[in-house]
Amino acid sequence: MNAIQIENVWKEYRLGVISHGTFAHDLQSWWAKVRGTDDPNSKIQSVLVGKKTQIEGDHFWALRDVCLEIRQGEILGLIGKNGAGKSTLLKLLSRVTAPTKGQIKIKGRIASLLEVGTGFHAELTGLENIFMNGAILGMSRQEISAKLDEIIDFSGVEEFIDTPVKRYSSGMYVRLAFAVAAHLEPEILVVDEVLAVGDAEFQKKCIGKMDDVAHAGRTVIFVSHNMAMIGKLCSSGAWIQDGGVKKIGSAQETIDAYLAETFTNVLGATFEAKPDSSKAAQLLKLSLTDESGRITENYHCDQRVVLRMIYEVRRKIQGMYGYMQIMTGDQTAVLVSDSFDGGNNALDSLDCGIHRITIAIPPRTLAPGDYHVYLNFTSPEYQGGNIDSPGIVCRFHLDDPASKRGNRRGGFFSTLLDWNLDSSILANAKKNVWQ
Amino acid sequence: MNFTKKQSIADADTEQWSLILSPKSGWFDIDLNELWQYRDLVTLFVQRDFIAYYKQTILGPLWYIIQPLFTTVVFTIIFGRVAKISTDSLPPFLFYMAGNVVWGYFSASLNATSNTFNANAHIFGKVYFPRLAVPLATVIVNFLQLFIQLVLFAGFYLYYYLNGASARPTGWLLLLPLLMTQMALLSLGLGILFSSITTKYKDMRFAMTFLVQLWMYGTPVVYPLSQIPSWLLSWYEMNPMVAIVESFRYMFFGTSVVRWNQIGISWLITLLILMVGVVLFSRVEKTFMDTV
Repeated sequence: MNAIQIENVWKEYRLGVISHGTFAHDLQSWWAKVRGTDDPNSKIQSVLVGKKTQIEGDHFWALRDVCLEIRQGEILGLIGKNGAGKSTLLKLLSRVTAPTKGQIKIKGRIASLLEVGTGFHAELTGLENIFMNGAILGMSRQEISAKLDEIIDFSGVEEFIDTPVKRYSSGMYVRLAFAVAAHLEPEILVVDEVLAVGDAEFQKKCIGKMDDVAHAGRTVIFVSHNMAMIGKLCSSGAWIQDGGVKKIGSAQETIDAYLAETFTNVLGATFEAKPDSSKAAQLLKLSLTDESGRITENYHCDQRVVLRMIYEVRRKIQGMYGYMQIMTGDQTAVLVSDSFDGGNNALDSLDCGIHRITIAIPPRTLAPGDYHVYLNFTSPEYQGGNIDSPGIVCRFHLDDPASKRGNRRGGFFSTLLDWNLDSSILANAKKNVWQ
Repeated sequence: MNFTKKQSIADADTEQWSLILSPKSGWFDIDLNELWQYRDLVTLFVQRDFIAYYKQTILGPLWYIIQPLFTTVVFTIIFGRVAKISTDSLPPFLFYMAGNVVWGYFSASLNATSNTFNANAHIFGKVYFPRLAVPLATVIVNFLQLFIQLVLFAGFYLYYYLNGASARPTGWLLLLPLLMTQMALLSLGLGILFSSITTKYKDMRFAMTFLVQLWMYGTPVVYPLSQIPSWLLSWYEMNPMVAIVESFRYMFFGTSVVRWNQIGISWLITLLILMVGVVLFSRVEKTFMDTV
């Protein structure tokens, strides 16, 4: 029995000069059109380069003819690159926006968790926020009352339940928010990967709860870039690419197919994201360059690998920090860096606007081989934690032609160590022996 | 036999789906049943707005009193003493306060509801609930302000009454709740109408504040309806707020030239605006997030 049936769903977004949000700009564009001059407001659509197949004139098809059937009790993992259409599909299922063509049939009550703590108000107490958040997620007052003790117990903030949440630490805030979400009992649950962030303890709780949900026979749709988590939690997987379903199968099959293709062909030395104004801050562009600024995927171990990012801040966020991880092809982390590593965190409360961020990996750090770069931007002060999760954004290759062992060097590093020799000690020791 | 089998397949095909999401379709696609299911949420929004309002300001609900009091004093001085505009032989202070209480509710509700989409984009982008719950809650929470101000007004009214002012309440005062309902419906209808437009044109928001200010002068707030020359009247009474403000004064003072046909027109326009508002709102709410 199907819990969800997605039938030939298309979702169109309009590009460019439909409306600029202000009446004055619309007038300006209209006047330019009348006089036959260039529209002063038309945008350069560089963001969507490489997605030509999805663009028709000024339309962008975020989803193209998507058909999916999700059985009751199935835990479906949605995987795919950034901008492939996963989030759009999630938004349609959550009823945040409507499809342009086609329809989605749903059986049973559906609830979506695209973030934790939606509707939390700083001035309200923990208790008041439980009711507020619960009601926003679709619970009735009765249901919440019935589960109130459980929720408070699970959150572990019992002593502060009558304190306004603006006095909460970020950890308490997230725990309370998650406690409400965890006690939501819809037949179908739509979960974004934002739920899978936070500290290790929180993640464990999330995963534990998702497991419970799975065993209770409810249907779950889960989006994540974390393949390990998808593999562990989900019974089946759907790979979304360029607005369509590329593959449906068991979770592991789908992941394998996705990893096999993605990490050989699609990733390069550059990354571009579709600007998403709902994000408080966002990585717009990234390129990997050598010291001279040339974009390339291939480096020598003696070269500096420089990550150049264009990062837009739309709302100032306290405690914002960046997280970078360099991993080998089998997703083993070899180097982890936080933006606060240097002692002062440059991203904390960064002003609104477009910023350039660069990170340089010093020469002779990593062993020769293939690497992927994973990026994430978070703040403990931010609702739900995650601000922008670009995930694995690019790849590069390191060669070592300079050292004698070269590319045959194993291990994780290419650091060349000096072998210092002091023969005088031995000579003295010999003397001592003979004396 | 074969036939029945086919029938059952067809039945299975039109299974009991509890929800079908499709592109925006009908013009009057608003689900009042669903809104009713979310009534707890409306209540909570009302509670939240009220608590947040009085926790964030130093004087709390006192603002509801200070605001009309000061405006009334200013009006009394400027329009009563300086410009010497007629108040239908009522005590000017009472006359202006009556206009202020009514207009205050209307403009506050209208300004708040017309910002529904932009102010709640963050929540709307993350979770679904009937969007109409938000402006509905706004209109209700503003009743609280109206109620406090009505009590204040009643206090002054009593004072003037006991001191022999010409104001006499009429039996129509019993219909005050109906009048309040009309004000709520009008500000809701107009608010959601404007909020639907502001999703496309964000600068309409500034025009809105300005428009409401101008509108007050097109409504008998600082002057009585009796001052309107007859050649202008047939246009003037198209303003639904005219009959509302004047009815309010008639209920309390017994002196107003408001007529039944003006009240009728006012209701007609109120319902028309509400209908257009709801239709436009229901069309915008489904895909509003695409344009943010």
